[in-house]
Amino acid sequence: MKTSKKNSKKRLIAAAIFLLALHLAILLAGFVAPYQPATQNRDFPYVPPTRIHFVDARRHLHLRPFIYQAVARADSLYEYTEARDQEFPVRFFVSGSKYKIAGWLPSHTHLFGVDAPAQVFLAGTDNYGRDQFSRILYGGQISLAAGLLATAISLFLGLCVGCVSGFYAGWIDESAMRLAELFLVLPWLYVLLAVRAFLPLHISPSQTFLLLVAVIGTIGWARPARLVRGIVLSARSRKYVTASRGFGASDAYILRRHVLPHTYGTLLTQAALLVPQYVIAEVTLSFFGLGLSEPKPSWGNLLANFEQYNVLVSHWWMFAPALALVLVSLGYLTVANAFHQQLQSGSI
Amino acid sequence: MPRLGGLAFLLLAGVHSLAFSASPQPPQHGEELQITGNEVGHYGGVLTVGQRSEPKTLNPATATDAPSREVIGRLTADLIHINRASQRTEPALAKSWTVSKDGRVFTVNLHRGLRFSDGQPFDADDVVFSFEVYLDEKLHSPQRDLLVVGGKPIAVQKINQYTVRFTLAEPYAAAERIFDSLAMMPRHLLEKTYQDGKFAQTWTLNTPPGEIAGLGPFRLKEYVPGQKIVLERNPYFWKADRNKNRLPYLDELVFLFVGNEDAQVLRFQAGDTDIISRLSAENYAVLSKDASNRGIELFDLGPSLEYNFLVFNLNDLASKNLGEIAARQAWFRSLKFRQAISSAIDREGIVKLVYAGRGAALWGNVSPSNKLWVDQALPHPSRSIDHARDLLKSAGFSWKDENQLADPQGRPVEFSIITSTSNAQRTKMATIIQDDLSKLGMNVHIVPLEFRAVIDRVFQTYDYEASIMALGGGDADPNPEMNVWLSSGGTHLWHLGETKPATEWESQIDRLMQQQMVQLNYKERKKLYDQVQEIITANLPYVFLATPNILVGAKKNLANFKPAILEPATLWNVEELYFLSSSGSPSGAKQ
Repeated sequence: MKTSKKNSKKRLIAAAIFLLALHLAILLAGFVAPYQPATQNRDFPYVPPTRIHFVDARRHLHLRPFIYQAVARADSLYEYTEARDQEFPVRFFVSGSKYKIAGWLPSHTHLFGVDAPAQVFLAGTDNYGRDQFSRILYGGQISLAAGLLATAISLFLGLCVGCVSGFYAGWIDESAMRLAELFLVLPWLYVLLAVRAFLPLHISPSQTFLLLVAVIGTIGWARPARLVRGIVLSARSRKYVTASRGFGASDAYILRRHVLPHTYGTLLTQAALLVPQYVIAEVTLSFFGLGLSEPKPSWGNLLANFEQYNVLVSHWWMFAPALALVLVSLGYLTVANAFHQQLQSGSI
Repeated sequence: MPRLGGLAFLLLAGVHSLAFSASPQPPQHGEELQITGNEVGHYGGVLTVGQRSEPKTLNPATATDAPSREVIGRLTADLIHINRASQRTEPALAKSWTVSKDGRVFTVNLHRGLRFSDGQPFDADDVVFSFEVYLDEKLHSPQRDLLVVGGKPIAVQKINQYTVRFTLAEPYAAAERIFDSLAMMPRHLLEKTYQDGKFAQTWTLNTPPGEIAGLGPFRLKEYVPGQKIVLERNPYFWKADRNKNRLPYLDELVFLFVGNEDAQVLRFQAGDTDIISRLSAENYAVLSKDASNRGIELFDLGPSLEYNFLVFNLNDLASKNLGEIAARQAWFRSLKFRQAISSAIDREGIVKLVYAGRGAALWGNVSPSNKLWVDQALPHPSRSIDHARDLLKSAGFSWKDENQLADPQGRPVEFSIITSTSNAQRTKMATIIQDDLSKLGMNVHIVPLEFRAVIDRVFQTYDYEASIMALGGGDADPNPEMNVWLSSGGTHLWHLGETKPATEWESQIDRLMQQQMVQLNYKERKKLYDQVQEIITANLPYVFLATPNILVGAKKNLANFKPAILEPATLWNVEELYFLSSSGSPSGAKQ
């Protein structure tokens, strides 16, 4: 028991640190990414990821990593070689294109970059020569934000309905839970597709995003609601609650002081479970073309490139957003697992 | 078990006779076969071709969709045919014809002694019957429009058993080309159905093969819904090679319903199909990687005849409730605005990124591969953002903070381009154009919609601002373009439903197109059509973008394969195709 508790705590901390680092990198996408997500380099479509070298052609070891510039092969399509005549050292904290930190603070410093005319494509480029690494970071802003916001909406709705339902019981409880069952049974993907079909066509990207988030979040309130209801039901029958009532406490006071604290653990676990689910939901919708439109990236429309057979077969680096998605999901699920274990063992 | 053995023998014999029932009939006395000049091949083999969607009918007079026409084209023959390789007309069922001096009367002599695929004779009565069906106003055959010249339908008259006279109301420049792909239908099978008024419902896919007959190289053998259509050799086909072997060489032609292009590439790579056509450049690159290992050969035939373009909604929106779009039309109607957009678009980038270099940039509606009709003197201005900005400035546009373009009234320039989700290439073009126009400070949204939704908006509701579409590709001759450039035409997309030309230059085009339609001298006709091209390029109702190359592939052991840029690019000479080794894709009992 002791070792598993220690292990789970270690895993929790590791996962939490990883997630935090990832979210920070994505939040500061403008700084971490060397280029803007929409910049097209039409001479460099489908460039494979740039190799980082430490040893040059003359067998000298460099302490600072460097790259060679990609040169397109004249005769064949999408094939590139490295121009070994000039090394371009990777510089840190370089000055580059303008962006706004978190959308409001203007800056032009980037974490890393290389001197012109070379470009460093850590994750290769797409059909239009756009840097995939930058697009994954900026796309993560959309996808993660969608996941987090939708989770917040779901949990808030679930908490409200669950509390009211569990606390007052009776017919309120019955009807709320039947409604929850209906929502649980709905095939969420088809509902989302149907909702998207009803939306007006000329809506701006930010409106699309918010609408998507609202819809995803609203559909998923049922499971948290049922869990919260269970907790509230058991909590309200405790002796101290009865005692409190005897002293004249109002419903609101009892809810806030005695009942709600029991739900925090469950809510945390649910949050950690729901975020990756909702990120995947956004990715799925965007993959089907129902999310953000060009040129704004999201992990979903980055992965939509795989609908074309030739991309699947020839350009493996386009898979990178899927890797990011897997890492995010693993991180959150590890955290959820750890929360769950701690909840069960009564620490939360 | 002798009885079982006998049964087995009978079955085998039956199967054999089935397999041989479509072997070519020896020439009959008095039968005038057309001799072809192709390399002589040998009999045998099954050719398998993929189709992206299922045909809807086998009725030549009512079929409109491409898969149906692809199958029907192999089952039927026409009087005068356009050779897809040379793009010129040549005799088909008509062995010769004479034209009157004024170009209005065609007297056509048919080959004698020809038979339909069921063995029944073919003569002038079938020709007269076929044209009666095509010209029937109640039937609304899509071919009817082609047969109405000068407002009057073509007049058809039987002179004798093997001679028919056609009279046009006016001389028509491409009159011979009218006859191409007009299938001659069997009177003995269809006359009763036509007189009963049930013609439109006849010859569906489920019709038993015995009730369908034609003069094409193949006849219907079997239709398996959802899977394939199998055609077998027409034993009475009227063409033979130099050694008097009756064509076609192939035993069977199978159309497999494969689905979208990527699925087609997979099947072709696996060897399930023998020919693939309309490849995109990326799939061409994928296939060419290990082509020699898989025994396939790929062909790049140069630019196609289709043209992709950006069209702005210049329709009259007074009666519709589309206020926002109407407000934006003030920009679209400005010639300088359209010229600026044309100047800013990176056509080379489109050819490179969308067609992987296998395409050609376009500044007009006639593709460079159309050597007979393209106006070589048309200017091809190179891309210039500065020139575009100058044009916009001179039209009263200005740039506000953050490089946002504003019109003379100060409104920010922002509009949407709709494209069809089923065409990845045009959506990619939209992404490139969006990036190009952002350099002018325009804020462009791309809205991919389902194909039918795009058609509905462009043709019916006019609820769109701009769209990327494609037209052309049918024939090299200018006449099929009448519908696009005549102000009353059905595909006059930027301004549909005009009762009279909305601008001076549109009425100029109307005049010129009508003139070239009746001008019989090629040089004069070319001058007229050159003028049309110049007016189009000067006034930019469409901003022309690019055209893809025709890319096809076939198995290496398929001989006499001569793909062309006119449709059907790969099967136009299917009667001459044969397999070098004696095996094709196996299907059915052989040996």
